[in-house]
Amino acid sequence: MVNYGPSYGKLVVIVDVIDQNRALVDSPDMVRGAMNFKRLSLTDLKVDIPRMPKKNQLAAAIESADVYNKWANSSWGRKLIVQKKRASLNDFERFKVMVARVKRGALVKRELAKLKKEKA
Amino acid sequence: MGNFRFHQYQVVGRALPTATDEQPKIYRMKLWATNEVRAKSKFWYFLRKLKKVKKSHGQILAINEIFEKKPTTIKNYGIWVRYQSRTGYHNMYKEYRDTTLNGAVEQMYDEMASRHRVRAPCIQIIKTATVHSKLCKRENTKQFHDSTIKFPLTHHKIRPPTRKLKTTYKASRPNTFV
Repeated sequence: MVNYGPSYGKLVVIVDVIDQNRALVDSPDMVRGAMNFKRLSLTDLKVDIPRMPKKNQLAAAIESADVYNKWANSSWGRKLIVQKKRASLNDFERFKVMVARVKRGALVKRELAKLKKEKA
Repeated sequence: MGNFRFHQYQVVGRALPTATDEQPKIYRMKLWATNEVRAKSKFWYFLRKLKKVKKSHGQILAINEIFEKKPTTIKNYGIWVRYQSRTGYHNMYKEYRDTTLNGAVEQMYDEMASRHRVRAPCIQIIKTATVHSKLCKRENTKQFHDSTIKFPLTHHKIRPPTRKLKTTYKASRPNTFV
């Protein structure tokens, strides 16, 4: 995953290694290019490809490894989705979130009070 | 992949036709410069040293920028350089692994500046070539000629994704493993 710069959050496949600091990186929606390792964070997802696959080979391998679904279901991926959602809320939506949190807090407190009364 | 300081130009020029020589020989040079104006100037500099022609009685017929044909493949570039050090002129052969020739040339300029304190005006590129991995001479490039290459990113520092999120103090020490 790209962890810095304009492509932050994007999932790319390391296709080859240029030298100690840079890798050739590819993704179905971008032109294959070089990226510094400093901008990349390794995820657990692996894609089975030979060293320099063709674009459609890469797309097929990504499909068979089901990368995007696995990413969206992994805890790291889910966190990123939530981050993005939070950043893109407008004021009304933030108000709605606040109301929901208050409601949830009230429910929790009510249950807690009940349990305390039973205990006492 | 993007902004290069040095662009590769193809400059074609010849002496102006005179009464004695109606069809002077046309010469073509491939050279690196930061812009077209500088490329034309460099062309005359080199041509003056090789042939008896100056800018004042010559003409440039064409100048085109040369772009990388396949910037998506990694190549080993060998660059032959003539540079001026504090004590005299020397020749050097350097190898770089890069996706584009312009990138390799830029690496070369950076390395010459750092390792030998040679500034860009004192460097002349004699020749460049893509070298097949079997013919590479430098261990530094040969160590990446491994199809099953593996190396750990020791001390992998993760930066905040935007400069806005940078803080001087952090609650816990970072985890730099992988």
